[in-house]
Amino acid sequence: MSDMGITLNDYLILSTIIFMIGMYGALRRKNLLMLFFSTEIMLNAVNIGMAAISKFHGDLTGQMFAFFIIAIAASEVAIGLGLLVLWYKRNNNINLDSLQSMKG
Amino acid sequence: MFEVVAFYLFAFLTIAMFTVTVITKNALYALSSLAAGMIFISAFFFLLGAEFLGAVQIVVYTGAVMALYAFGMMFFDSINDVKESVANPRLTFIMTGIIALLVVAIFVAPIVGANITAQYPVGMAANLYGTIDGNAQDVGVVLFTKYLVPFEVAAVMLLVAMIGGIILAGKKMDISITQLSEQEIDNHKTDTEIAKDIK
Repeated sequence: MSDMGITLNDYLILSTIIFMIGMYGALRRKNLLMLFFSTEIMLNAVNIGMAAISKFHGDLTGQMFAFFIIAIAASEVAIGLGLLVLWYKRNNNINLDSLQSMKG
Repeated sequence: MFEVVAFYLFAFLTIAMFTVTVITKNALYALSSLAAGMIFISAFFFLLGAEFLGAVQIVVYTGAVMALYAFGMMFFDSINDVKESVANPRLTFIMTGIIALLVVAIFVAPIVGANITAQYPVGMAANLYGTIDGNAQDVGVVLFTKYLVPFEVAAVMLLVAMIGGIILAGKKMDISITQLSEQEIDNHKTDTEIAKDIK
């Protein structure tokens, strides 16, 4: 193992594990702030995969996509936190169960 | 050898940090461990020879996004434990595994299936311009030729997000509470009270 070094598969497996952690958080959490954290974890997992594929195929496109993912994550946080602050001012909690105004 | 040790060390640290983020009940612990995980992830980018991406990861994620979360946390009661009720934790866990494996299969299949040739090989800038080789230079060349339009669109998107964030969170911020007297503050209705009145 040590003489072969780290292969693309190792990075992809790591990316899978981190993505699974994020997905588990997104499904388990009921607090909206914690859901945001889980989303960030998933985005970062994909970024690792992109950078690894970029390296092992010698192509820069993967890194470009990682850049755009980072930009999208930043704007998502700005808008999402604005909405969260607004919701918290109205309802005094950010629990997912309280977001049921469209329930029939 | 160094690369192998670094990979496993940072893989362990990243997974541990993100597990803490997902499992802990304390919002502040979640925030700090998430920030630590972001820093550790940038180590992978440096290992992969994407130095510019690693620097951007540190600056944008740990510098901007985490600071934004930290400021946003001031609005919420982050001292108390997060209250959560999960109906069926085991089902959630199994579903997570299945979905994640499916997503990874979808993601990896085209790469395994087809022999992709590099369109924008690493070291392009050195070949084109005969300058010093570096990841930042390569990124610059590709970003400002092929990906110029997406780059500009991303800039507009960030501007829209900034304006949206200000408008969403900054309502009623034209009233400066520090400049009012006690009497005037009491007369001002909070948003919660207005919402109750509407109900």
